[in-house]
This record gives sequence, C-alpha cells and structure tokens, in this order.
Amino acid sequence: MLLELSRVSKSFGPVEVLSEVDLAIDAGEVCALVGDNGAGKSTLVKCIAGIHTVDGGTVAVDGRSRDISGPRDAAALGIEVVYQDLALCDNLDVVENMFLGREKLHGVVLDDDAMEQLAAETLDSLAVRTIRNLRQNVASLSGGQRQTVAIAKAVLWNSRLVILDEPTAALGVAQTRQVLELIRRLADQGLAVLYISHNLNDVFAVADRIAALYLGRMAAVLDAADATQSQVVELITSGRSGEVGLTETNGVRP
Amino acid sequence: MSTDVQNPPETRSEAGAARAVAAHFRDYLAKVRGGEVGALPAVTGIIALCVVFGAADPVFLSVGNLANLFGQGAAVACIAMGLVFVLIIGEIDLSAGYASGVCAALMAVALTEWGMPWPVAIGVAIAAGVAIGLLLGAIVVKLGIPSFVVTLAAFLAFQGIVLIILDKGANISINNETVKAIAGGNLERWQGWTLLVVTVAAYAALQLSRWRRRVGRGLVHEPFAVVCARIAALAALLAATVFLLNLERSANPQLVSLTGVPVVVVVLGALFVLWSFVLHRTRFGRHLYAVGGNAEAALRAGVAVDRVRIAAFVICSAMAAVGGIVAASRAASVDPNTGGSNVLLLSVGAAVIGGASLFGGKGTVRAALLGGAVVAIINNGMGLMGLDAGVRFGVTGAVLLLAAGVDAMSRGRGALFGRH
Ligand SMILES: Nc1ncnc2c1ncn2[C@@H]1O[C@H](COP(=O)(O)OP(=O)(O)OP(=O)(O)O)[C@@H](O)[C@H]1O
Ligand SMILES: [Mg+2]
Repeated sequence: MLLELSRVSKSFGPVEVLSEVDLAIDAGEVCALVGDNGAGKSTLVKCIAGIHTVDGGTVAVDGRSRDISGPRDAAALGIEVVYQDLALCDNLDVVENMFLGREKLHGVVLDDDAMEQLAAETLDSLAVRTIRNLRQNVASLSGGQRQTVAIAKAVLWNSRLVILDEPTAALGVAQTRQVLELIRRLADQGLAVLYISHNLNDVFAVADRIAALYLGRMAAVLDAADATQSQVVELITSGRSGEVGLTETNGVRP
Repeated sequence: MSTDVQNPPETRSEAGAARAVAAHFRDYLAKVRGGEVGALPAVTGIIALCVVFGAADPVFLSVGNLANLFGQGAAVACIAMGLVFVLIIGEIDLSAGYASGVCAALMAVALTEWGMPWPVAIGVAIAAGVAIGLLLGAIVVKLGIPSFVVTLAAFLAFQGIVLIILDKGANISINNETVKAIAGGNLERWQGWTLLVVTVAAYAALQLSRWRRRVGRGLVHEPFAVVCARIAALAALLAATVFLLNLERSANPQLVSLTGVPVVVVVLGALFVLWSFVLHRTRFGRHLYAVGGNAEAALRAGVAVDRVRIAAFVICSAMAAVGGIVAASRAASVDPNTGGSNVLLLSVGAAVIGGASLFGGKGTVRAALLGGAVVAIINNGMGLMGLDAGVRFGVTGAVLLLAAGVDAMSRGRGALFGRH
C-alpha cells in the first residue's frame, strides 16, 4: 500500500473531527472520498499533507509509519495536494506558477527556459491540449484550465500520491469532464489519487473505490463497481446502508 | 501548448518571416486589449507631453533642458524604483521621502562634521536606509500592523529625526566635489560613446543568446526580425541621447563649456539594470510577485513570505537613501526639507503612472523610470510655461488619477477576460 491510515483521530479543542479513521490507497487507483459538509474530508487531507498533526493513529507511506509535519515533508514523500481554493498566483504565468517555490536556477539566475520546457513536457505527458500559451498569466485562464495547471503542478514533482480537494466544484460540464479525464490519466500512469467530491456522478465516473466519511468516522470503503449511488447517498447521510456502514452512529443504533 | 506553436521552418522564407512578425504584433495587441498595457500609457504620455510643451515653448526641447530633466527627476525616480518593490507585494511606504531626508542628512553630517571620506559617508547613508527598511518591514510583518499606518508614523518621526540630525534644522552645505558630481557632473564625450557601445553590445548579446537558446530548445520564440528591431531601437534611442547630450549646451561656451552625458544618467541606468535583474531574473524577484499576487498560495508553495516582505521594505528604504544622496548632491546641501514636501507623493505617483499597481502584484523598475520621466516633464514643462506651483500640482494630480484609472480599468479587463 502506498498510503495507509490507521485509526487516525483529530480534535480541535473539544470537538472530535476525525475519529479512528482507516483508509488505504494503492498506486494506480483513484480513491474517492465522499461525505457531507463538515464530515471531515478536508481535515483528513490536511492531516495527510502535514498541515495538521494527528492526535492519534498512524499515517504510513510504503508500509512505514511517518511523521509528516509540514507540506515539505509530504512533498518529500511524493504527496502533493491540490486545494479546494486554488493556490495559484493570478499575476504569474503558467510556468511560473507550476514552479513556484521550487524554481530551477542557473547559479543565481532563474532558468526560465528549462522550466518552460519541463512544464511543456509535463502537460504533454498528461495529454493536456487546452493550454496553448505557457507564458500567459493564469488570470486569463478559464476555471478548468486553472485547475489543470494546479494539477499539473502537483504532478511535476515525481509525486506518487495526488490529493484533490473538490477540484471540479466550480467547473462547468465540459471542463469537469476534462479534469476527470486528467484524474483518470494520473492513475493510469501509476499515481495514487485521492479525490474528494460532492458530485456522485463524477465520483462514479472516475473512482475505483469510494470511501464514505460520516461525522468524522469512516462509514465504509466500497469498490465502485459493486456500489450503487443510492447506497453511497445513504452512507453519506446516515453512515449506514443495509449491511454496510457503521454499526452504531453517534452512540445511537439506527 | 508551446511545443505545438513553434515557428515552422517556413519562417525562413521572407513571406513566412513577415507572417511571423505580423502574428507577433497581433499577440501584442491582444495582450494590450486583455489589460496588460505595460509601458504603453507612460510612453504615450511622455510623447504627448513633449509635443505639447515643445509647441508651447521651444526651450523645452533644447539640449540644455534635456540634461536638466534628468537632474530634476533623478531623486524621485530613485525613490520610485524602491517603492515599486513594496507596491509589488501590495504594501505602501509613506515614509520613503523623509527616509531619504534622514539618510541625506546623515551623509552630510558624516562628510562635514565627522570628516569622513565620501565613500564612507555614502555607505553610512545607505546603511541607514537598510536599517530603516529592516525596522519598518519587521514591524509590518511580525506585528501585523498595516504598512499604511506604520509608515505614516515613520513619516512623522523621520521628519523630526531630520531636524535633530541637522541640529534644529540648520542647512548643511556639501563641498565634496565627488558627491556633488553625482547629480552635477558630466561624462567626457568619449566616455558617453564608449558606454553606449558597451551597453548596446551587452544588450544585443543577451537578447541574441536568449533567442538562440529558446530556438535550440524548441520553445516559443519571437521572430528574429523582432529581436533585431528591438536591439536596433535601443541602439538608436541611446545613440540619439548620447549625441544630443554631447552637444555644447552652455549659454556662454567661451566662459564655461558644458557637454557630455550627465553622471546621474549613468547612475539611474545602473540602478535600472541592477533592480530589473533582481526582479525578473532571480528567485527572490519571482517570489515578490507571487507574494503580491496571492500570499496564501506563495506560502503553500514554500515561499518564505515574511522574509520576502521584509526584504522589499529594505530595498525601498535603501533606494530612498540613494534618492536622498542624489537630491543632496543636486542641491549641494541638505536642509529639513530634503525629501520632504511633495517628494514622496511624486514618487508614488511616478511608480503608479509607470504601471505599478496599488493593489499589488504588478510593477517594474522601468515603470518607475518612465513614470518619473512623466512627473519630471510635467514639472519642468509647466515651469517653463511660467505656470505657478498650484497649477503644476493640480496637473500632476490629474495625471496620477488618470494613471490609476488606467490601472483599475486594465484590472477590470483582466477580470472580464479571465476566469470564465
Ligand atoms: N482549524 C479548525 N479549527 C476548528 N474546527 C475546525 C478546523 N478545521 C475544520 N474544523 C471543523 O471540522 C469539521 C470538519 O471540517 P472539514 O473542513 O474537514 O469538512 P469537509 O468534509 O471538508 O466539509 P466540506 O464538504 O464542506 O468541504 C467542521 O465541523 C469544521 O468546523
Ligand atoms: Mg472540505
């Protein structure tokens, strides 16, 4: 397993946002993480990315328990996050954004040409054809193109696990499809993808497995091929669907 | 994607080359329409002002007045170059004017009362600028007080410090010939030409090697003709400037000859090259823009945001010190008004007129110089026309408003054309 979370818990003060969450993601698969607003999806992502430290449980990468205490640690392990609110600088161009914070240098001078070439190669390898001019400010890009840049930025660094927090939330139909295709391609290239979304159609379109969080607890992890939309909806809204799900929800048996 | 739009081999044929050049200009026009107006408003403004003032009074277009313009605008241009750095990160430094006064006063005291040699005295002034910037930057960044408030407080405090350094506001005259030459001296004729050749050769070498590198890597590149045209344009502009400035401009040549490129032009040129390099070719420069564009994104990308912001204030105050030195050199004295009155406002105006944005994320050193030229030309031209200070302030204010309007409009366009 590339990433394995076991019994991960996280509280903010008295509020327990995550409680004993188990989740495993393997290379080459898209795992969707679903759950209602406030279920703790973003918090879980931030625990993996090292922005929050976990209160209990372990985060293991390649079978070894890791202490991830910042975005740098996560990046060193090959974990990249594309956040819900896009982390792009509008006044920089595509290449500059993709290399921000990790610029290639030639002595003290920026090696812009090398960066442009690498960016072009990365976008090529992802079969991105929607971005024609790499020297254009990202302010002038569409939402889908911006999301593409953010994802390509995450892929640039030999990353092995890409986490996407609601990457299609603000996109139209065509642009959503582009991003979903891109997500599928990442997995086909052998990356592990953790994909967070509220849109079950999108989830079923790309995911190999679906993990449903309910009030900070992992209700169930299903194979997408075996699951139905209504089953997942029940898991999201009540933490239980037929035989699968939490045996007790919030201390009360359903 | 870039590799798809490489220039096809046909660009080698003449028709292909013409088409490539045409495409290049279409791209440029599209950029301008999309809100990236760059230096266009400032350059247009300079040309328009020159036409108007030249028509009103031919003296405006005389060689003597051209040399004069550089001297008049230099201090404000220096301060504006520094201000660009804080404007890029979305902050403001209202104390830059009086900071230049403090540093100039320190230099004057070091020269006269402490008897220091001129390089040390200048070093003291710049070190004071660096210290001021560190202090301002640390307060803004570490305590989280808005820069507007911090530097407004500093604006008041520095005014007092100048008075204290100058011993209740006495005027100190500067007799050191080298310091006076910074704003008052001229190069020999041959030095001007040598400098021209070296500058153009260096620029051409950089442009051509960059062009060849990009062709070699198969990246999008400008048509060769455009690169050559740019080099030729720079060469022509500089050659014309050197030629004009090398003409005799003394009112009474028998008595005293006055020729050559003013030293202050070289100073401005060197600072321009230095800070343009820092802004556009170094990681620090890239991070400055990133912090101004989206500090949160920069932070997540691993940029040392706090350090970058403090450094911007340091550069701003250090350049204010340089501006103070130039002003002191030009006046051959320092008094409590050095760096005072409207110096700061003209400097901010210069940066904004040139294309820096008060909203952050935007601005170049070139903008500061072009904007500084606009401000200097307005003051100079209206002075020649005999209009009094009241009218001059009014017009400068109107031009600033116009420039800010262009900025706001181009932002509006950027937003209109982006995102959706
Ligand atoms: N830094 C924090 N301090 C205190 N409480 C927090 C913090 N971050 C998140 N929470 C709380 O944790 C809970 C889970 O939030 P989280 O953002 O993980 O939800 P989510 O599943 O991503 O929801 P959404 O679908 O709306 O994005 C919420 O109740 C939220 O208020
Ligand atoms: Mg969330």
